[in-house]
Amino acid sequence: MRAAAGSRRIVVGATINDEPQEFLADERDSLLEALRERIGLTGVKEGCNNGNCGACTVILDGRLVCACLVMAAEVEGSAITTIEGIASSEGLHPLQQAFLDDAALQCGVCTPGFIVAAKALLDVNPHPAEDDVRLWLAGNLCRCTGYDKIVQAVLDAAGDGKESA
Amino acid sequence: MVTTEKPYKVVGTRPIRPDGTDKVTGRANYGADIRLPGMLYGRVKRSPIAHGTIKRIDASKALALAGVRAVMTAEDLPRKGRREFAPLGSVKISLATLSGNVMARDKVRYEGHAVAAVCATDPHIAEDALELIEVEYEELPPVLHADEAMLASAPLIDEALHTREMATGESAEEPSNVAMHFVAEMGDVEAGFAEADVVLERTFKTQMVHQGYIEPHNATAFWRQDGGLEIWCSTQATFVMRDHLAGLLEHPVSQIRVTPQEIGGGFGGKISVYLEPLAAVLSRKTGKPVKMTLTRDEVFRATGPTSGTAIRVKLGAKRDGTLVAAAGELVYEAGAFPGSPVAAGVRCIFTAHAIPNQRIDGYDVLVNKPKVQPYRAPGAPAACFATDSVMDELAERLDLDPIALRLKNAAVEGTRSADGAAFGVIGSRDCLEAIRNSPHYRSELQGPNRGRGVAHGYWYNAGLESSAYASVNSDGTVALVLGSPDIGGTRASIAMQLAETLGIAAERVIPQVVDTDSVGFTSVTGGSRTAFAGGWAAHEAGLDLRQQLAARAAKIWGVEAEQVRYRDDAVIVGPAGEDGGERSITFTELAAKLASTGGMIVGRADSNHASAAPTFATHLVDVEVDPETGKVEVLRYTAAQDVGTAIHPSYVEGQIQGGVSQGVGWALNEEYRFDEKGRMENASFLDYRMPTALDLPMIETVLVEVPNPGHPYGVRGVGEVPIVPPLAAVANAVHAATGHRFTELPISPGAVLEKLLPGED
Repeated sequence: MRAAAGSRRIVVGATINDEPQEFLADERDSLLEALRERIGLTGVKEGCNNGNCGACTVILDGRLVCACLVMAAEVEGSAITTIEGIASSEGLHPLQQAFLDDAALQCGVCTPGFIVAAKALLDVNPHPAEDDVRLWLAGNLCRCTGYDKIVQAVLDAAGDGKESA
Repeated sequence: MVTTEKPYKVVGTRPIRPDGTDKVTGRANYGADIRLPGMLYGRVKRSPIAHGTIKRIDASKALALAGVRAVMTAEDLPRKGRREFAPLGSVKISLATLSGNVMARDKVRYEGHAVAAVCATDPHIAEDALELIEVEYEELPPVLHADEAMLASAPLIDEALHTREMATGESAEEPSNVAMHFVAEMGDVEAGFAEADVVLERTFKTQMVHQGYIEPHNATAFWRQDGGLEIWCSTQATFVMRDHLAGLLEHPVSQIRVTPQEIGGGFGGKISVYLEPLAAVLSRKTGKPVKMTLTRDEVFRATGPTSGTAIRVKLGAKRDGTLVAAAGELVYEAGAFPGSPVAAGVRCIFTAHAIPNQRIDGYDVLVNKPKVQPYRAPGAPAACFATDSVMDELAERLDLDPIALRLKNAAVEGTRSADGAAFGVIGSRDCLEAIRNSPHYRSELQGPNRGRGVAHGYWYNAGLESSAYASVNSDGTVALVLGSPDIGGTRASIAMQLAETLGIAAERVIPQVVDTDSVGFTSVTGGSRTAFAGGWAAHEAGLDLRQQLAARAAKIWGVEAEQVRYRDDAVIVGPAGEDGGERSITFTELAAKLASTGGMIVGRADSNHASAAPTFATHLVDVEVDPETGKVEVLRYTAAQDVGTAIHPSYVEGQIQGGVSQGVGWALNEEYRFDEKGRMENASFLDYRMPTALDLPMIETVLVEVPNPGHPYGVRGVGEVPIVPPLAAVANAVHAATGHRFTELPISPGAVLEKLLPGED
């Protein structure tokens, strides 16, 4: 029998959603594959696997990245925040609550990526204008909503949005 | 903006959707999220050529790779005859077509056509194995455009296909790439054109476009040793999936259970089977669960776009704008197997307008491209693009306001369409008037290179079967069991209708979407039918509960059931008791007493109503065209739609905004591009270029409510018609901005520059 080329496993240590942990990954795994298949953080979604859609957006050492464009082996020693790390034990993050209040999701598969991306925006720009939100979120695709209610929810979460109709 | 006040307590409010928290925290389980012990990972080997004969498939090298567990081909699926069918809504679909598209047998018909599937212990190994499966082809010349496919000299994609005349049911003697010819006729079209003062005839062209759902297709199967087949997948139609699998695999429906996972968008593209039968066969071969997911590249190349079209429209009008005759010819690409939405195109092309004399021909034409699938109001957007572009030109020619022209010809109650049906209560005029009265229409559009466009669209909506079980909990809540996968908030809209019927708060109904063994037959989530039919079933289950609760109260009070009634405010009242006062008990109080007074109760309903009502939409758009780059920017957009009754207005607005967004993408950027050999050139999101948040303004909605008299809460269904008018509205706006008519989509920067640059005509 031929040996499978991709069967070598590696141990990676990283802090994921504030919890230091070690996990076993295939050396060919992207961070997206490792998060979903090896660690079970399936809130990180795959839409394209080439950085076009933003459904797998995570925060890696303070930077917004598509997990499909990072190798799992690269995150050794890093801190990663996924959608699973956005809410606290006290309750939902204001962005999550705004998405619910404003009906800013339909099928919901792009929602984790949008919320993580929007959190990173509010971390650097707590009071964005509509154009700022649209520019920042241009790397995340949504096919259901036409973006209207997503943009509104981010503005509302920032406390600058006008009351939604 | 909602235009009417309603007599309801729950219907028309905006509660938080019941599945919302799981979806904003990443906990909701979509199809690809499933993980079972011992699970294998499957992948599909696909054809690199658009047309050819399969000479040989050799999987021995793949099977020799460590970790590979099984390979399957079409030989592992039963051969299905052309006259074997599976049910699909109110129609049926050929199992030969379904089976042939799921996996090529003898011949590949498009680039990306599945030829084999493999499963392994790890996804990377499954991917490695694909390259080790050897397939030898004999290439045939591909047929890529409908016009050349219709020529008698065209290579045949299916030698056994003969054009079927839908009017007579007869098939042509010679084989052809034209699968079907539809005709719809009304009045005397020749006489109609003879009395016209103005006749305009134009030809339009659109390319294949994809539904563009963000979640790729997926399926996980486990074929148990006792013959039971378990399927977990993202589908719009669990029961259709079950029935199609039963036909394809020749396995009893009772032995197949389909459990829907959360679904990441579909828009019509997730009704058909793709991976499920392959995963099932691989599971049968290995005795293990097998999970398969598509890559985005595979989603583009091998799953449902909608048809590219060529449409000729001829309209005749009197000098005052009254339409007297219309003729249409619609040629729709079916892709590699029959089944384009041309029949719906025929049904919709002129139906937003009252035209006494009509003749419409529709052709379903095979080409060596992916088999098309339904896409939101299938067939209607391209038809509306053609008709409403000509309407715009007619208004210009007659010096009429474009809305005035449409109002003059608007379909009203009693208007007949070419398919013979007369409209009941409809909101066609109401939508046109709502736009005419909108602040947007009343504002003046200023500035160079800017233009405003309007279009008016129609869609008919579906009814079909839905079931519901509703069981009362002791704490005064109701568990509602549904069979409709929730693609955009239908748990909320259906639960709200049950809450309204029972007179309780929306939050006290807890909906669940369950598998095919756990609820009655429920048809597809599609056709704008789910809030209509699912809501009706929930309402009937609620009426059942009301009756049972009243009977229980009667029993407790020792009176006749006829003396007790369930009031709309969730209080059950009976005749005066010994103290002289009316007996009463609230729903919540009675719920707490059920267990000790005879047991808990369940309401149930199975509904199948044909009274789905048509919807209309009028869209208004302002654009600015950059003469340097050719880029069209959407400045402002207002969409008015007759929504019947808006159950949850936020999700109705969302459906409209989403439909507009897809329509704008179709108008301006999206298209399948193929090279001369039929290989798709833009099979990624970056190159296919759907609208992003930067490409759109806020989309203003006007919810016109003309309740459907055939539904307990007036529901019409809202999801599909918003994609119908945008193509024409945007094209008309670009004409107003540039003076050029665009008869081909997309109106991409390159296409605009070709018209604008001097000497490039």
